Amino acid sequence: MNSIGTITLMTFREAHRRRLVLTVAIMSLVFLALFTLGFYFVHKNAQFTIVGERPEVMNFFLLTGLYVVNFLVVVLTVLASVDAIAGEISSGTIQTTVTKPLRRWKIVIGKWLGLAAMLCVFVVVMSVAMIGIVYGISRYVPPSPVQGIALMMLEGLVILSISILGGTRLTTLANGVVVFMLYALAFISGWIEQIGAFMRNETLSSIGIVISLIMPSESLWRRAAYLMQPPTIRQLGFGPFATATAPSGVMVAYSALYAAVLMVFAIRVFRRRDL
Amino acid sequence: MIETFELRKVFGGRGGGTIAVDGVTLDVGRGEVFGFLGPNGAGKTTTIKMLLGLVHVTSGTARVLGLAPGEPAAMARVGFLPEHFRFPAWLGAAEFLDLHARLYGMPDARRRSRIPELLERVGLADRAATCLGEFSKGMSQRIGLAQALLNEPELVILDEPTSGLDPLGRREVMEIIRELRAAGTTVFLNSHLLSEVESTCDRIAVIKRGRIARTGSLDDLAGAQLEVDVRAEGITPEIRARIEAQARIARADGAHLTLIVKNAERLPFLTAALVDGGARLYSFAPRRLSLEEMFVRIMEESDAADSGPPMPKGPAR
Repeated sequence: MNSIGTITLMTFREAHRRRLVLTVAIMSLVFLALFTLGFYFVHKNAQFTIVGERPEVMNFFLLTGLYVVNFLVVVLTVLASVDAIAGEISSGTIQTTVTKPLRRWKIVIGKWLGLAAMLCVFVVVMSVAMIGIVYGISRYVPPSPVQGIALMMLEGLVILSISILGGTRLTTLANGVVVFMLYALAFISGWIEQIGAFMRNETLSSIGIVISLIMPSESLWRRAAYLMQPPTIRQLGFGPFATATAPSGVMVAYSALYAAVLMVFAIRVFRRRDL
Repeated sequence: MIETFELRKVFGGRGGGTIAVDGVTLDVGRGEVFGFLGPNGAGKTTTIKMLLGLVHVTSGTARVLGLAPGEPAAMARVGFLPEHFRFPAWLGAAEFLDLHARLYGMPDARRRSRIPELLERVGLADRAATCLGEFSKGMSQRIGLAQALLNEPELVILDEPTSGLDPLGRREVMEIIRELRAAGTTVFLNSHLLSEVESTCDRIAVIKRGRIARTGSLDDLAGAQLEVDVRAEGITPEIRARIEAQARIARADGAHLTLIVKNAERLPFLTAALVDGGARLYSFAPRRLSLEEMFVRIMEESDAADSGPPMPKGPAR
């Protein structure tokens, strides 16, 4: 096995041994069980109301669930990765790894791959489970679920790359603060952009777009939500998950490039760093 | 095995940085056990880290096994035990060694035989499955040592390998170093413990405030030099002059003289000078300077001496 694979294996081993995998699995099951229960009763009652079994209603509850998954992806990604490099530098365990016959970039990439794989599994399992629960109870399937899930993964990967880059330079705590603050910034910018579009205020829209370029994570979620909504809600244009201006495909390409560039920086910083 | 020239490290970059290592020139030959001595904070660890590519060199050059520091081709033949060795607490002992052996690209079959062998060697065979988090200081130091020997290295770099160990653990580590020497492995031993250097090293360098203060074999540095305690009456200026031709008078207190003599060959000339000159000699007690005394002396030398010309290199290999 090559050294990147070994570093990835070490990352899996760490997640497993530090009970990260087990804890996330248990909490996710609890979460899914509650969602099932909630959705079951919502669906049951909705049959007797005026809205009935309209897809918009089912979609609203599904997106609520997926929005929580999306939030969990962000939080778990940060928690799992914030310490990945910074922690090993401060504890000194990195010294025995770096002095093995491998180039430093392989450590960065190996860790990224390990965390990325776990993150993608989480996104797929949770999203598929949620879509499956909604389908099982109401036979409702949202539009473009595959693209939606892929976008949520990409969002996680963007966050992961920021956190890995931060870890090569900052302490664990500072790194966590930076990533969460950037996430909060992106979150607000999404709202600014939407309100701007709704009010036809170009300045607000532009501010939102600029912030999205600095931190593209939230726009990926908004595009995912946009794609998974029925056309009627898209036209409504405003709501908790509605997006008046869905980020374009260009934004998706930009985000992928953004993550890649961050990783190039992470490797450069880590290579130059005294350990 | 290791060659450095005017190796220098300044931390903190532009302007007022801290100079950790200030022009270290070393030459460690194959099969040598080389002791790198110095007080805490003298720049020992930084020098080692530069040799391993952990810390980037500010100026000067370093070659390890003929390659640039940290070059994978060199690191494949080097073993390293960091100071205050730290490990991932969640891994088992054998598992930890297995993962690091994979980083050396060791094939499965080799790992399966090498790891139990090493655990046996460092006395942890019965702890293979124990989590490193449950290890005592001594045990983790030993697993660190096993980790440094995984690849049967040609060069082993040990940074304070006995720090935090009890006398028994210390003795075990010294025993492993002696075994390595017997097997022809080159050992670079970083230490501030003079006794362990004295008992294992062929050659030493003493580093003081980032600069090499002395380098040479143990005999060159400490063993050959003698301190002679003399009690004699009736020392005339003529006798004194003859003594000074052979030795340095470190202290003179009435009938009590303390002489520093370069080597034992000069002792008969000194007794002759005293007796032939008519002095009444009551006692003449030569004794070897221990490494510790030499070390203390070097550390006490004035700063003016430090800024003098760098000490000559060890024998070229």
